[in-house]
Amino acid sequence: MNKIMDLNQVMEKVHDGATIMIGGFLGIGSPLKCIEKLVEKKVKDLTVIAVVNSYPGGNFDLALLFKNKQIKKFITAHSGTCPEALELFKNGELEIEYFPMGSWIEKIRAGGAGLGGVLTPIGNNTLVEEGKEKIIIKGKEFLLELPLKAEFAFIKGYRADRLGNVEYRGVSLNSNPVLATAADFTVAEVNEIVEVGSIMPERVGTPSVFVNAVVQGNSLKKQQDIITDLWVSNGRLIQ
Amino acid sequence: MDFREMIARRAALEINDGQIINLGFGMPMAVANYIPAGVNVILQSENGCLNFGPTPKIGEQDADIANAGGQPITLLPGAAIFDLATSFTIIRGGHVDMTILGALEVDQEGNLANWALPIAPGKYSPGMGGAMDLVAGSRKVVAVLQHNNKKGASKILRKCKLPLTGYGVINVIITDKAVFNITKNGLVLKEIISGLSVENIVNMTEAKFIVAEDLCEYRLNF
Repeated sequence: MNKIMDLNQVMEKVHDGATIMIGGFLGIGSPLKCIEKLVEKKVKDLTVIAVVNSYPGGNFDLALLFKNKQIKKFITAHSGTCPEALELFKNGELEIEYFPMGSWIEKIRAGGAGLGGVLTPIGNNTLVEEGKEKIIIKGKEFLLELPLKAEFAFIKGYRADRLGNVEYRGVSLNSNPVLATAADFTVAEVNEIVEVGSIMPERVGTPSVFVNAVVQGNSLKKQQDIITDLWVSNGRLIQ
Repeated sequence: MDFREMIARRAALEINDGQIINLGFGMPMAVANYIPAGVNVILQSENGCLNFGPTPKIGEQDADIANAGGQPITLLPGAAIFDLATSFTIIRGGHVDMTILGALEVDQEGNLANWALPIAPGKYSPGMGGAMDLVAGSRKVVAVLQHNNKKGASKILRKCKLPLTGYGVINVIITDKAVFNITKNGLVLKEIISGLSVENIVNMTEAKFIVAEDLCEYRLNF
């Protein structure tokens, strides 16, 4: 079995109006090459599911898709870091659906795990409860949050083999292992593609069964340079 | 001392040795700089780590090690990394001792509003992130904010006007002028900044409050 694919091949599958999950947290652990290709391909009317938006300030990561007006609906926990998205939202050109972060991730976990939904107390007595079924368990009120799935998930790992086993590095796993389980077609962008057997079984963060394609992303060196530049230009490192 | 530093220094005094703490965006992040000597805490970051340390120097950063603001951090010995489902199992499941969060408005019933500014009819920004989970799951919730807005209006209200993050969730309110506890008897004024009287606080506060018997001067950690 060989799941290694060229990113152009993968993009042939992505169409206007697609529902896409994108991993990462403010640009950290984000599939930057896949996002660049989506921008290049100009697919539009996308529904994008990502836990938060771009690295603060925009013009990078998810912000490129908003800048290019490719996203119709954004399902997230937070969107305030991306000026491009905020502008579209204000002008009525973008729909945003917010969920509390813990509910957002559990909806996707439920989607991937074949559950009918999750019962959570989070959001009771707030705007989040609007339109949701309430269920009382042992006298306590819970909201029913329904499962969330997508046609595509673009995730970012450190290393993968041709079978599709993915190893993560650092805090970059964030939403990636959960998103990988909940899409019809999961694409793992990694820093390095390695021989089968190179990743210790207990270091496999996403088992191959969830992955449909492995694509070569930026090398670890290149990724370090991109993120370091971002942090240096924003004055985020101590001199 | 600017108001941010003052609030951060006061908030740091809420922290007890051995606690698991989550610090929200903005002002709360600075609290980490003022944790009293001898108090050891484990900081949790909702993007997925426990026991992180200070900002790295240039050359010591790692593109895969960042906090919930996307900014570089270091990991201390004994740190742990996990995905978001585990992170919110920690938060929602009641395994965080205390969270310190910035607020847009608070009220005398302990309600907190910090996620939704109306930017167009029915449209809110920036989103709640992990705040709703944090206020519901943490054993203690400390809200930090300026006492009054730029026009001088009180941000400590009788009832929050903005959409709520959590209903009756706040334990302590720390502003640049005063410290309040929320008790079953309502809002209690505990500390006042040097130079102001109870009457001054009454005049600058919309919420009804009672004055603690042990009212004292606003404490700062130096």
